[in-house]
Amino acid sequence: MSKADAVTAATPGISTQYRDWLRRERRARLTVRGTQFALLVIFLVLWEVLPRAQLINPLFTSYPSALWPTFVELLKDTPQQPGILTHTWATVVATVIGFTAAMVLGTLVAAALWWWHGLYKVLDPYLVVANAMPKTAFVPIFYIWLGATLSIYAMSLAISLFITILVIYNGFQSIDPNKIKLAQTFGASRRQILTKVVLPGSVPTLIAALKVNAGLSLVGVVVGEFQSANVGLGYLIQYGSQIFKLNIVMTAITILAMVSSLMYLAISWLESAVMRRR
Amino acid sequence: MMPPPAPSPPPKVELRNVDLRYFGLSGETEAIKDISLAIAPGEFVAIIGQSGCGKSTLLSLISGILQPTGGGVLIDGKPVAGPSRKVGYMLQQDYLFEWRTILDNAVLGAEIQGADMRKARERATGLLTRYGLGQFLDHLPRQLSGGMRQRVALARTLTTEPDVVLLDEPFSALDSQTRLALADEVAEILRRERKTAILVTHDIGEAISMAERVIVLSRRPGRVKSDHAIQFAGATRPAPLAARNAPEFNVYFNTLWQELEVHVEG
Repeated sequence: MSKADAVTAATPGISTQYRDWLRRERRARLTVRGTQFALLVIFLVLWEVLPRAQLINPLFTSYPSALWPTFVELLKDTPQQPGILTHTWATVVATVIGFTAAMVLGTLVAAALWWWHGLYKVLDPYLVVANAMPKTAFVPIFYIWLGATLSIYAMSLAISLFITILVIYNGFQSIDPNKIKLAQTFGASRRQILTKVVLPGSVPTLIAALKVNAGLSLVGVVVGEFQSANVGLGYLIQYGSQIFKLNIVMTAITILAMVSSLMYLAISWLESAVMRRR
Repeated sequence: MMPPPAPSPPPKVELRNVDLRYFGLSGETEAIKDISLAIAPGEFVAIIGQSGCGKSTLLSLISGILQPTGGGVLIDGKPVAGPSRKVGYMLQQDYLFEWRTILDNAVLGAEIQGADMRKARERATGLLTRYGLGQFLDHLPRQLSGGMRQRVALARTLTTEPDVVLLDEPFSALDSQTRLALADEVAEILRRERKTAILVTHDIGEAISMAERVIVLSRRPGRVKSDHAIQFAGATRPAPLAARNAPEFNVYFNTLWQELEVHVEG
């Protein structure tokens, strides 16, 4: 007895067409997943084979199979270096601090711009320019101003703050004016309109902003670490390239990829948890 | 010598020579010009007119969210300076907050006005139950149909216990069957609760079937063009749906149709 037969037996109301449709849907889903997995495998195989066949210089790329031994080796603290988990932790903490600060400050600034429309009119061009600026140009300056640790947080904040302000402010502006009018008919004060209509109505926007700025904050931290840190994955990448050990660089980059995937998963989980209430 | 006029109760809502002009950089627009009206307590008045004649603006003025540029609006003889607790406003759509449950939506007004929330919840629960929504209190708006959502909006309006209810085309977003059924229900609820009601609509049939007085506004700038008492034969007024079948309905309909001077543009 096949699986499809079992489904039919369990739910007698199901038609043959529906069963076929379900099967096609399932196959389509599996095809997408299979292709995604195949792409990853192809990438890893090429990365392994091309340098080994001397088609590209292994010195520049390392191999996937070299990463695990490097990782195991990096796990250990040495007199010169803390272990790789310490580096990863430092980067993750700085990123979380960066995007939390960007969310809090961004929401506060957006609320202030909403409250005083004149302020928005005045600051609008500056915000747009600040957002378009390559913030990484400030890495050396932040280092001079703020020192090793703070400059990393500052870079992480700077790179994600302005886009957060703009996204959240736009979200505030896109609240249905009739919802605000409704609150006004009950005599709502400006403060009540903000706390009972605008802010709760902008939760989807806040999550969208979080998605954007979590990734950006990670960029800010890594770039900041290039310059000034003695710990963190950005530092490890810089260090590995200076002593020309691409194994170290590639291991750190792979961990960065995992960190950003995990952050993305965490935010998606938060999003579905919040949206279930709507 | 003229005989003294019959004593009538002081008006619940009064407009005295109300003007409203909107200002824009390209000029000013006269939306409403010299409107004077008196609406008695418990009266159900419909205001009809073509789109853009200032009907909705008139409601915004009575609700106090808009101030006239000339003249005055009075409720119970006192000038309206801002949104008043005596006035409830039903907008064109329900505008329920999708993040609040049905009950939490219904008590929104009470919450904003800082009322006793325990009492407000009790009252809202009672209203919602009477409107057939008792088992949906903890549901979210998206789980309800359009007609149910508009009933929640009515409960939200009435939870704050206003004397005057303003209805701004409150059925216009609904399909035609729901629209007729809900008009029946709302008219009945407002009459039973002895609310003074002002309905703005461009639907002549809705105006005649629901209101006992229909006021026609002219094209912009809106002025009172005519004022009709709607009377049906019989001791009690028929419910809106039944009123549509009464012989008087068609007579009023034709009169008002001509008053409105509907021209199809193009």
